[in-house]
Amino acid sequence: MNKLELIATLKNEANISKAEAAKVVEIFFGNMAEALSEGERVEIRGLCSFFVKDYKSYIGRNPKTGEKVVITPKKLPFFKCGKELKERVDY
Amino acid sequence: MALTKSDIVAKVHELGFTKKKSIDIIEGLLEIIKRELEEGEDVLISGFGKFCVKNKKKRRGRNPATGEDLMLRKRRVVTFKCSGKLRNKINHPEQSDN
Repeated sequence: MNKLELIATLKNEANISKAEAAKVVEIFFGNMAEALSEGERVEIRGLCSFFVKDYKSYIGRNPKTGEKVVITPKKLPFFKCGKELKERVDY
Repeated sequence: MALTKSDIVAKVHELGFTKKKSIDIIEGLLEIIKRELEEGEDVLISGFGKFCVKNKKKRRGRNPATGEDLMLRKRRVVTFKCSGKLRNKINHPEQSDN
């Protein structure tokens, strides 16, 4: 499912207009992205939580060529699946 | 301070929906995402990332606390792949526009 399909499904199930559904989806993901970019944690009970992890610089390898490359320090969001989602997705 | 569901509900409320309707809309949105993943379908949000369902094979593991050997059964888990846009936003917040 992509963002447009998510918007269309939300429109039908919440009985709101397509424009409203699009705004809600934008608010949801936009606010999470905003919080993470400010280094803030995100906690959506039942779905997931995110926090930003700092990675130090390290020497990696290009897996195709085997060449050594220096990886500069970076930040990545770390995803943790919520309890309800975890239980529903697993067999 | 962490961003929570109630912060998002408050933002939806600002669009002009009642408090109750705002909660229903967000719960509805979460339910759609969870249902989709439960059915084994990935959820792709351009500009944010991709929620994927992965099948993990049964494997031998170890309890990191006790060092005890144990068997991890075959299971299905959700993984997240951050989009390039979100990654840039997190690494260079001052450069992003919104």
